[in-house]
Amino acid sequence: MPQTKSWIVPTLYIFFLMLPIYWLVNMSFKTTNEILGGFSLYPKEFTLENYITIFTDPTWYTGYLNSLAYVGINTVLSVAVALPAAYAFSRYRFIGDKHLFFWLLTNRMAPPAVFALPFLQLYSAVGLFDTHIAVALAHTLFNIPLAVWILEGFMSGVPKELDETAYVDGHPFWSFFIKIFIPTIAAGIGVAAFFCFMFSWVELLLAKTLTSVDAKPIAATMTRTASTSGYELGLLAAAGTLTIIPGAFVIYFVRNYIAKGFALGRV
Amino acid sequence: MALELKQIEKVVGRDVHIHPTDLVLEPGSFNILLGTTLAGKTTLMQLMAGLDRPTGGSVHFNGADVTGKRVQDRNVSMVYQQFINYPNFSVFENIASPLRVAKLPETEIKRRVGEIAELLKLSAMLDRKPSELSGGQQQRTAMARALVKDSDLVLLDEPLANLDFKLREELREELPKLFGDRDCVVVYATTEPTEALLLGGYTATMHEGRVTQFGPTGAIYRNPKDVISARVFSEPPINTAWVVKEGDRVALGNVAAWPAPDVLAGKPDGRYQIGLRPHHVLPLRADAADVPVAGEVLVTELSGSESVVHFKVGNETWVSLAHGIHAFDVGETAELFADMRHAFYFAPDGGLLAA
Repeated sequence: MPQTKSWIVPTLYIFFLMLPIYWLVNMSFKTTNEILGGFSLYPKEFTLENYITIFTDPTWYTGYLNSLAYVGINTVLSVAVALPAAYAFSRYRFIGDKHLFFWLLTNRMAPPAVFALPFLQLYSAVGLFDTHIAVALAHTLFNIPLAVWILEGFMSGVPKELDETAYVDGHPFWSFFIKIFIPTIAAGIGVAAFFCFMFSWVELLLAKTLTSVDAKPIAATMTRTASTSGYELGLLAAAGTLTIIPGAFVIYFVRNYIAKGFALGRV
Repeated sequence: MALELKQIEKVVGRDVHIHPTDLVLEPGSFNILLGTTLAGKTTLMQLMAGLDRPTGGSVHFNGADVTGKRVQDRNVSMVYQQFINYPNFSVFENIASPLRVAKLPETEIKRRVGEIAELLKLSAMLDRKPSELSGGQQQRTAMARALVKDSDLVLLDEPLANLDFKLREELREELPKLFGDRDCVVVYATTEPTEALLLGGYTATMHEGRVTQFGPTGAIYRNPKDVISARVFSEPPINTAWVVKEGDRVALGNVAAWPAPDVLAGKPDGRYQIGLRPHHVLPLRADAADVPVAGEVLVTELSGSESVVHFKVGNETWVSLAHGIHAFDVGETAELFADMRHAFYFAPDGGLLAA
């Protein structure tokens, strides 16, 4: 193919990739009547009404706050627990270490639906039902193994002589771990946190099952589209657009590290 | 500050990394561990430092048993072959790290880091991150960190191996000066016999987890205790062969024969081993007493001023190292001249036969 035509394929690729997202954004600026009325490539009656509703109506914006709350708790919890675990896997040999490491990953092979019922029963029994902690804890089941797997790859890339040098200098273990080791693998922590964030942010089934009112996630709010005035498609599209933003924001910050993670063969 | 290893041993699973070893390193001495990779140099150093626990035996420092003591409580320093620095700290903080842990006053830290940085030519780089330095500067930072505190034991594990040869020569010259007026025990691991000779001090030759010989570097080079120590301490490798003594003659297969030396006088006839350093095998006859050895040339390496000829002698490969350019064709049968008066004679079990 001549050099001058080489832009065609990437352009088509990006076009098809962006089309659904454009359509979502497009819809979010239309009125429901226009959406249902016919086909238009851009909003004829441009309106911010949908966004205003979301930011002013508590049933909508608390959904976002709830989601951000449990996603935040989950991310911090997963990474905090995974750090020492990954360190042990990367630095020490113990009986069954390789099997245990693989077993951790198999946790991700079960569909979340399997755990929905036992979790609902368990959390109701201990009084955690409909709290942010409940969803955050449920998501750690999938996120901790993932975070351990990613962090172990980054940690194994750091020579163990760094640990030894720190001990020789007189640093106790925790001083070395917090002041020297964690900053050294900051990129890995960023990547692990990103994947925990994304999984927790998009997971719907467990989040919806374990909550009713107080901790209801945005995705659950969005499933109730029908109201007295019929289908509120514009509102739904605006909510969808807002749901994409945190992910895009986080991806922007960790994009270079993710490339590094891929190079290590772990992401 | 003497370091004493008593019957120290390291076994991992079924692999013996260090066979029971005794070693006494004197205060203020520069000690070299010489051996090929996997000879156990690094393991022995980790046992000395306390980074690894011995499976048997004990480590003593100034008479006190420190075997189970944590490395943090031992006052040791270590420099590795890889350039190990804390990537998130500036060069200044890297060097200051052991002093910060020891909670020295800020002015004292500044003074000592400044001094050592001056000595190792790092003064201009103190604000940079280690990743912004060249390899030589990174390694000098690691050394500065090892030297900034008054350690009782300084371990240098092939610190120059990853540097290009100019920097290596430069740092090697500085090294003995750095330790000149300290009374710490310095242990330096290297794979290169030449480096050991240049650094002087004491040398322990290591082979497959054993210290085969220990003593002043020059003495060890001149008087290897056995065949293995001689092999470890020779570059290019020492030429060895089995010879047969019959009466007052010694014969190397049907390749060469020469009068039996004094060390073999009175010894029974039979098989012995000889070792002859490559620079005693020359392409030209230097002396009437030289013994001609003929063999097929395997390869000739010419550097600017030296020739290294590898050739077959019986079943062994011998090496000749000579000044000047002496070119041989591969496959040609060449006659070289061995000065057997400099040969080491070893008993069949490998021990050196002394005169």
